[in-house]
Amino acid sequence: MARAVTTQRKIVFTALAWGIGLMIFFPILWTILTSFKTEATAIADPPVFFNFDWTLENYRVVQERSDYMRYLWNSVALALGSTFLGILIAVPAAWSMAFVPARRTKDVLLWMLSTKMLPAVGVLYPIRLILIQLGLLDSKIALIFILMLINLPIIIWMLYTYFREIPGEILEAARMDGATLKDEILYVLTPMAIPGIASTVLLNIILAWNEAFWTLTLTTVNAAPLTAFIASYSSPEGLFYAKLSAASTMAIAPILIMGWFSQKQLVRGLTFGAVK
Amino acid sequence: MTDTLRALMGATALTAVALAAQAETITIATVNNGDMIRMQGLTSHFTDMHPDITVEWVTLEENVLRQNVTTDIATGGGQYDVITIGTYEVPIWGANGWLVALDDMGADYNVDDLLPAVRGGLTVDGHLYASPFYGESSMVMYRTDLMEAAGLEMPEAPTWEFIREAAAAMTDRDNEVYGICLRGKAGWGENMAFLSAMANSFGARWFDMDWRPQFDTEAWSNTLTFYLDLMTNYGPPGASNNGFNENLALFQTGKCGMWIDATVAASFVTNPTDSQVADHVGFALAPDNGLGRRGNWLWAWSLGIPASSDAQEAAKTFIAWATSSAYTELVAAEEGWANVPPGTRTSLYENQAYLDAAPFAEMTLRSMESADPTSPSVDPVPYTGVQFVAIPEFAGLATEVGQLFSAALAGQMSAEDALSQAQALATEEMEAAGY
Repeated sequence: MARAVTTQRKIVFTALAWGIGLMIFFPILWTILTSFKTEATAIADPPVFFNFDWTLENYRVVQERSDYMRYLWNSVALALGSTFLGILIAVPAAWSMAFVPARRTKDVLLWMLSTKMLPAVGVLYPIRLILIQLGLLDSKIALIFILMLINLPIIIWMLYTYFREIPGEILEAARMDGATLKDEILYVLTPMAIPGIASTVLLNIILAWNEAFWTLTLTTVNAAPLTAFIASYSSPEGLFYAKLSAASTMAIAPILIMGWFSQKQLVRGLTFGAVK
Repeated sequence: MTDTLRALMGATALTAVALAAQAETITIATVNNGDMIRMQGLTSHFTDMHPDITVEWVTLEENVLRQNVTTDIATGGGQYDVITIGTYEVPIWGANGWLVALDDMGADYNVDDLLPAVRGGLTVDGHLYASPFYGESSMVMYRTDLMEAAGLEMPEAPTWEFIREAAAAMTDRDNEVYGICLRGKAGWGENMAFLSAMANSFGARWFDMDWRPQFDTEAWSNTLTFYLDLMTNYGPPGASNNGFNENLALFQTGKCGMWIDATVAASFVTNPTDSQVADHVGFALAPDNGLGRRGNWLWAWSLGIPASSDAQEAAKTFIAWATSSAYTELVAAEEGWANVPPGTRTSLYENQAYLDAAPFAEMTLRSMESADPTSPSVDPVPYTGVQFVAIPEFAGLATEVGQLFSAALAGQMSAEDALSQAQALATEEMEAAGY
């Protein structure tokens, strides 16, 4: 029998959930609000929430000063490129670990995750030197490859967890019907795993979009994405909070909209395997 | 189509191809401040004069810029052709051979017009390694109305004791007005820039002539105790998180009686668009203790060329343009004299139009002239730099010491503990570095 939930309990939990949700969203809301203020209003004390003269001046200044579309295009190329490449490698890798586990599969999975524990700056110099030798500094190709590599452990783990939910008997049946390995992955496994792959893709795009170490240290002009666009508005000597907020809003808007429309897949992807 | 027209079109196409082939691109790495952004806006004037040079700008936050440029130079990446660097880096990088000497900048450049203190800070073994774009010192900015209400008059050259007296008289915690606002945020360019300069006026120094750290001296104890006492009694709450921008916001919204910080702030606090107290701001030299040194620093953002650049001649042409007197006149013509980059050339301070437009100009010049990077403290030192020590180890060491002093300001440790830990830390790091 389902557990009875009292109305009072429902109200408390709903209020709590909304409270936590708003607290998490508040910095984004504040950034968006600040982007419509003058610099003087942005630092007003006590802070002004909605009752101010809304202005688009900051957006005009940012548009005039920076080539937003170039940064946006670079962000799109890096996020989609690294995700596509990552999925190409991760699907077969996760398949083999989920359906043909060997004695050391668990160790391999843990080892892959351990690479995420290395501070990125630890390999900055070697990677820079390699890119200089290859003539690939400030190139999108190099960054797509690097972003793919740093997110690969997470993609493989997510897909592995999702593939484990799929009964191996279905794949066995396909094999008995004469399906080759390629057919098995392409026509049996992939259609069944589409929701899991979709949520992995979405999460990886978000991770690649927000990556702000490699994208700042390995780019100058040609491959600089929106993270570099935001960084160019941060100033240690001078109050440009409103302009910085406008730049931030422009940088997060595309990913925020994408996240809004795909939240169902995202939540599913992040919680699958949690409840058996 | 006539033959003449065909020939003309062919010649035009050839010229375009030739120009495109010759066009050299220079990538300029810079920080986000008003003067630098203004320069970006005026780039077309440069490219009109030099159609064979294309300019690409990379604007970054100061710390990111420092990290990227250092990494690029150390690995010989050659990503940047012109870099914006501070007075701390130039002597070190110049001595390392990382920068191109700017000895032949052309007759129009007039190197002798550069302010001597600034030029000295950018010169290594007689070679100028970066050309100053704008320079700054630090000074006292104060509220004339609050000072008058307190029945006090700010001298042109105040003592630290007067600053304490005035801070006490102006503090009105009930109305959220604090007598003094100073940097408290940890960092070599944050609280340690202020405290190192302040320490000079108390007779303290970072190292003696044998490179022994000096935090165990009475002079440092007096410096830190005075600073903590001043800030605890008359400073704003949460001061250990305040850097330049936080104090600027406090001052502009009328919460500070006095603020001792970069002279570049003068143009912000007197700008009626952003500052609520624009009509009530006065300026004075940084305080002293009668020991012959004032607590002000000297800094210049300068343009240099990394040795790894493959467009050094074009980069030099750009720097000669951007740091010339002609550029100053261009800014004045386009945006008014009050907006020209200050603190680099003597001729600017002899220009009556500038002096009329910038009421803080004279105090800025006097502050800059009173700072001597080669002899910053009362006792002799083995290093150059007023608010820094021009050795590679300084940035990391001073940031760690700054964290200790910031913790003392937050009430997490006493002044004695902070100083003894700083002494131990500095001794260990200097020994490890081979000094």
